[in-house]
Amino acid sequence: MVPLSTYIGQILTMLLAILVGVGGIVALYVVMDLLIRLLPDKAQQRIRPWVYLGPLLFILTFYLVYPTLNTVYLSFLDKHSERFVGLDNYIFTVTNPAMRVAFRNNLLWLVLLTTFSVGLGLIIAVLANRVRYETVAKSIIFLPLAISFVGASVIWRFVYAFKPAEVPQIGLLNATLVSLLGAEPVGWLVNKATNNFALIAVGVWLQTGFCMVVLSAAIKSIPTEIIEAARVDGANGWQIFWRVIVPMISSTIAVVATTVIINALKAFDIVFVLTNGNRGTEVLANRMYKEMFHFRDFGRASAIAVILLLAIIPVMAANIRRFQEQEAIR
Amino acid sequence: MSDRLRRVVSAIPLHMIIIGITLVWSLPSVGLLVGSFRPKNDVFSTGWWTVFQHPFDFTQFQLDNYIHVLTAEGMGRAFLNSLTIAIPSTIIPITVAAFAAYAFAWMDFPGRQVLFVVVVGLLVIPLQMTLIPLLRVYNRLGLSGAFLGIWLAHTGYGLPFAVYLLRNFIGTLPKDLLESAFLDGASHLTAFTRLVLPLSVPAIASLAIFQFLWVWNDLLVALIYLGGTEEVAPLTLKLSALVQSMGQDWHLLTAAAFVSMALPLVLFFSLQRYFVQGLLAGSVKG
Repeated sequence: MVPLSTYIGQILTMLLAILVGVGGIVALYVVMDLLIRLLPDKAQQRIRPWVYLGPLLFILTFYLVYPTLNTVYLSFLDKHSERFVGLDNYIFTVTNPAMRVAFRNNLLWLVLLTTFSVGLGLIIAVLANRVRYETVAKSIIFLPLAISFVGASVIWRFVYAFKPAEVPQIGLLNATLVSLLGAEPVGWLVNKATNNFALIAVGVWLQTGFCMVVLSAAIKSIPTEIIEAARVDGANGWQIFWRVIVPMISSTIAVVATTVIINALKAFDIVFVLTNGNRGTEVLANRMYKEMFHFRDFGRASAIAVILLLAIIPVMAANIRRFQEQEAIR
Repeated sequence: MSDRLRRVVSAIPLHMIIIGITLVWSLPSVGLLVGSFRPKNDVFSTGWWTVFQHPFDFTQFQLDNYIHVLTAEGMGRAFLNSLTIAIPSTIIPITVAAFAAYAFAWMDFPGRQVLFVVVVGLLVIPLQMTLIPLLRVYNRLGLSGAFLGIWLAHTGYGLPFAVYLLRNFIGTLPKDLLESAFLDGASHLTAFTRLVLPLSVPAIASLAIFQFLWVWNDLLVALIYLGGTEEVAPLTLKLSALVQSMGQDWHLLTAAAFVSMALPLVLFFSLQRYFVQGLLAGSVKG
């Protein structure tokens, strides 16, 4: 056992660190504001906005603008960032077999994660709208969103746990398979035919709640008269869903789908924890991490990052535009 | 058959689908929770669902796994590290963003619109684009493996979204309110702290929950800037290391995973409204 006193020491250090960090930032603004009060009124007027914006602009330049430009530059240099190599790193990313696997898997993530999260989210939102325990059902499906990808990965690793056929299964999925269907247990995360789907399923479990909540809010905002009118005209539930509800919330579906697409493109944690990209499960973000820390090839790692950026820009731009349209309506 | 009965019967498939889905969604977490309280040998030999054969036999549960992961495996320390990382990483960006949002909304200066569009535009940058250059600068400045370094990194990554959200909120506050405050001789700092901040509490609360959970649950940023430094490792880093080092010790992995989720779950149940709003708003964060 660790003695309690070490914890007390650590808690004090923690409180001190938090105090310094939080106090520091507040003090910064107050002191700067007091300082410019020494200036004449006119000058104060002109300088104050820049005092309020200064820290923001400094941090964004240092943490986003400069590194982005630098990464683009590094992607044209060799692994030690010493020699200019032209497009070699990019040629590597499209010709290397491991990279091809990563591209294929990201595409798989993109299609399956988006289809299933948005599809299930929509179905649950519509169905739950019709039962009295809606709040409870939605909370349960929403809950995984609070959990980290790492935690979710451990949860599902336990579900996928594999034991030889002779001994009792301790993983929920294999136990169901063996006892209900009488089939052989499957090594879900090692079997190349199943492992990618097993990983994406974790993502679906995490993201469906998000899609459900956003879509549910949109569905509830449809005026009931419209649904009633359709029903009076003789439309059945199926027709109401496809001809009334889906068209009316199509812009929300687009926002949700683009958000999930971005998450699929950036998939990292689940793969890193569950398979580390082995046995045909590599994805771009995990490959970039490997290039950085295992192969120490900063040129190739930078090229992968640039490819991610290029893939994300159009999706994100569409997402921000749609989001602003929605805000404008609200 | 009466109408009422027919309606009840026809609703049965609906209930079965919804209850079925919620079961599928909750069973994995239930399994984790049950497994984390079972003795090592039980976890290894039988499935967690077998505890329901004797639901009132409480001797099949114990706390040893938790005591072990919190002390011997260092999850207790990692919990404190996660707090030390997440609290300033939430407050610093929100403070910076709130001052900037106020300036964007209520101050006049050249380039206001352009600058705001540029800040929002930075949302498109995936954080992978920043890792290599920043890690190099951090190594030179001695900021890798330090709390200050990761606070500022999370601040940088969280700012575009925070400014975007707060500017939109603060911009909708009634104009007359601020103007009458200025007529009464209030300075910008007073107007900001006494008027704008209190009125923005709903937006700030949603943003704070979103950012706190984002940082608490983050693996990649911690892995890059704190990787390898045991003393400052947060829960996610520690947990993923445990998966690598003791992949089959399910009694410990389940307990460790639950330790890492405890705080987010408490926040979820106590602040669900802000939580949902924060997530809805957070859908555009990069």
